[in-house]
Amino acid sequence: MEKNYYVCTGCGMLCDDIEVEAEKNIVNKVYTACRVGVAHMKEGTDNAVFRVGDKPVDEATAVSEAVAILKNAKNPLIFGLGTSSNEAQKLAIELAKKTSATLDDPSSFRLGSLVEALLQNRFKTCTLDDVRNKADVTIYWGTNPSDSHPRHLSKHSYFPRGKEKQRGWEEERTAIAIDVRKSHTAKICGNYFFEIPPGGDAEFIDALIAALSGKLPKTSYNFPPKRILELANILKGAKFGVVFVGLGLVYSLENLEPLFRLMDALNEKANFHLIPMVGYSNTRGFNENLFEETGYVNSVKFEDGAVKHGPEYSIVESLKAKTVDAALIIGYDPFSSLPRSIAKNLLEIPVISLNPFETLTSRNAKVYINTAVGGVESGGTATRMDGVKVDFKPVVETKRLSDEAVLKKIMEAL
Amino acid sequence: MTNAMELYQMLPKTNCKKCGKTSCMAFAVALMAHELTPEDCPPLKEEPKYKENYEKISGLFKPSEGATETGLIVHEDLCFGCGNCVVACPPNVANDPYGVGSGNAPTNPNKLVLTVEDGVVKAQNLGECRRFGKNKILCNGCIVTCPVEAIEFV
Ligand code: SF4
Ligand code: SF4
Ligand code: SF4
Ligand code: SF4
Repeated sequence: MEKNYYVCTGCGMLCDDIEVEAEKNIVNKVYTACRVGVAHMKEGTDNAVFRVGDKPVDEATAVSEAVAILKNAKNPLIFGLGTSSNEAQKLAIELAKKTSATLDDPSSFRLGSLVEALLQNRFKTCTLDDVRNKADVTIYWGTNPSDSHPRHLSKHSYFPRGKEKQRGWEEERTAIAIDVRKSHTAKICGNYFFEIPPGGDAEFIDALIAALSGKLPKTSYNFPPKRILELANILKGAKFGVVFVGLGLVYSLENLEPLFRLMDALNEKANFHLIPMVGYSNTRGFNENLFEETGYVNSVKFEDGAVKHGPEYSIVESLKAKTVDAALIIGYDPFSSLPRSIAKNLLEIPVISLNPFETLTSRNAKVYINTAVGGVESGGTATRMDGVKVDFKPVVETKRLSDEAVLKKIMEAL
Repeated sequence: MTNAMELYQMLPKTNCKKCGKTSCMAFAVALMAHELTPEDCPPLKEEPKYKENYEKISGLFKPSEGATETGLIVHEDLCFGCGNCVVACPPNVANDPYGVGSGNAPTNPNKLVLTVEDGVVKAQNLGECRRFGKNKILCNGCIVTCPVEAIEFV
């Protein structure tokens, strides 16, 4: 019997093996997804809401008001898109060009720099399927997939049998966690958990590089050299190693230099790949789509057919400097994730919010368009954390428009 | 739970071998291991004088609610459906190597001990669990792989 699988867009794993029982447009049961995924799959609702100011309006009014805002703006900010399909993201890029907008996504304060380096081929990378089939040593560094990407270890990185890994995790795989606290993932790694102090990553990297070439590893926080040497020995023996890099590591480093050095050192002695632990379902897609178009992964400004890039075009800096005069925020709630002192500047400019859910941003928006939940109520393609393209289709129907459909209408009306 | 000696005390103790075992004691051991059921002893089942004991023993072995046959308990409030236990469970791997054994959805849940339903692990087909039956061993695959101690054996 051919099974009808859906893709879960609950996180950057985009698990493609989810079975769903739905009746009358309501999802009753979800198989194989983790709890996060199940909650996501059940998020659909039938009603569509359009609002201008405090007043409910129809679709056409909401769209034309959005268009008016974008037309009047000299430098609108387009931001979000981490859960939008590749198709919607490409439209947003077009829209940004047409409106001379500043375009950014959450990767500008998350893993953008890492993904950019990856797209510039500065790291050797591989797919999660390679990890399942071949990896013998995996390092979770500054990341806790057990909570952020619950099926990471079971579907790809540690527990499953793979083509060249038939004997199972106990015999053939070593999982290592390097983190500032004993996370759920660290717990699974048992004795291979290396607890370092906050901000101690760069030093630990240098100590590890020293250990890899047989030197005595030293840290100012006196991490037992014996344990670092032990770790180096395991890493040297890796036939197919993978480093999963999370926000914890990226935030702790001033720049990526130490990581470049580490990966080079590892690849002198063994065979190591790097995969960024991208959180949202399609942040990687946004980074790749924009990179293809401009050579940058975020923080750009389009002007007269040219593109400018720099931190001043990130959401944080452009709001801080008040350089943007309107904002189109897609599938994101800056009020809940940016410092209040920065997000509050959104209150001074007209905001268009496209979001399946009411958020502080949508409540304060001039125009609110309640969109479909991607992967649950609308389909498209997304790019998994490892760069693999995944097609997804809706599970239930809705009257709500997808991001893609709304952006298309806005583009047409402009 | 009882032990084999207590069960033996409730059997006919005639060593008639109708159950296929060499003695009532051997039958009691087989009962404990869930290899045979009380119905496999014809005298016990049929003769009125054993009626009370038959019912008592049957009561002990009636398939219990939920997952208690092997003592497996899932703390549903803790479990978040990561699937580690599902993929690590040895009989799951043996019975569905390309489905759950490879980290994917089950291709055939019929013989699987652990699956994830609505984000929470579900235990079933406990006859397949390694802690069960004649050759039972103290498997702890599902315990050591769980990040939150959601599976416990009592
Ligand atoms: S790990 Fe992520 S993609 Fe997979 S089921 Fe859970 S939320 Fe969905
Ligand atoms: S059939 Fe019953 S009475 Fe006879 S040996 Fe077996 S257990 Fe004992
Ligand atoms: S004890 Fe072993 S066989 Fe039984 S459910 Fe757990 S992992 Fe599976
Ligand atoms: S019981 Fe533990 S290992 Fe199994 S799915 Fe639940 S949380 Fe994961």
